[in-house]
Amino acid sequence: MYAALWRLFPGGRLAKTLQALLLFAVVVAILFIWVFPAVAPHLPFEDVTIEPTTGATS
Amino acid sequence: MRVVRAVVGTVGELAITAGLLLLLFVVWELGVVGFTTNRAQAATVDTLERQFAQPTPTTPSTPSTSSPTDTPTASPTTSAAVPVPPPGDAFAILRIPRLGASWAKPVYQGVGLDVLAKGIGHYPDTQLPGQVGNAAFAGHRAGHGNPLIDIDTIRPGDAIVVETADTYVIYRADRSEIVPPTDVNVLAPVPDQPGVAPTEAWLTLTSCEPKYGSTNRFIVFAKLDRSVPRAEGLPADVLAAPGGNG
Repeated sequence: MYAALWRLFPGGRLAKTLQALLLFAVVVAILFIWVFPAVAPHLPFEDVTIEPTTGATS
Repeated sequence: MRVVRAVVGTVGELAITAGLLLLLFVVWELGVVGFTTNRAQAATVDTLERQFAQPTPTTPSTPSTSSPTDTPTASPTTSAAVPVPPPGDAFAILRIPRLGASWAKPVYQGVGLDVLAKGIGHYPDTQLPGQVGNAAFAGHRAGHGNPLIDIDTIRPGDAIVVETADTYVIYRADRSEIVPPTDVNVLAPVPDQPGVAPTEAWLTLTSCEPKYGSTNRFIVFAKLDRSVPRAEGLPADVLAAPGGNG
């Protein structure tokens, strides 16, 4: 998977490395800005309140 | 053989990717969100302090007319004239010296996830700070700056100060307990005694237990020590860091 990606990048080793870093940065940015904020509220460790029934948030 | 190797290799890479994803999430939640949340909360506390410092013309009852009694002993306000803050509004500052001499977090009205992402939340169905009954707050212990991460270090007798527009409400921690998430009795006007008419003012803090988990709730009960009008200033010794950890 990653090996195939590496072969896909054009240029020499330096160019490939830079492209890999850039791609990683883009993926991290997408995760931090859109994916994680959308996922976080659905994770259980955000629950700190006392509720008559679990699941209902008020 | 080559096929097997390719499959195993891909599965391994996927597992590494999944691990990296989880690691990145932790970095994001505890690092990025924690950093930005703490900064925002500090700014909100500053704003609140400035608001409180100037006399608010919107307050219907000034402290001078409401209670001419200046007893320094415990005097819970029974007046129902205290305005209920609008949902989502920051209306108080919570200070717990045990969690740090400069530990101060904004308290918002409501306990929805959107509210708790900003700071400490006040259960809307419970009393307001200083009133007879129980004022219940909730705060994160994992993520969003984890304001109450060290809630388990609070010891009986520790000061818990709620600073509102006109009053420093000083509570003393009484006891703590770990309960199931559905134990609404901790929010009762007399904590753990539902149906009993309250005669004292209590404060309940709820957070998750264990740390970074959420299978149970960690509860701290505190009893009103005294209310000090803002004009008199907060006694310096109240915010002094309590000695010892046991």
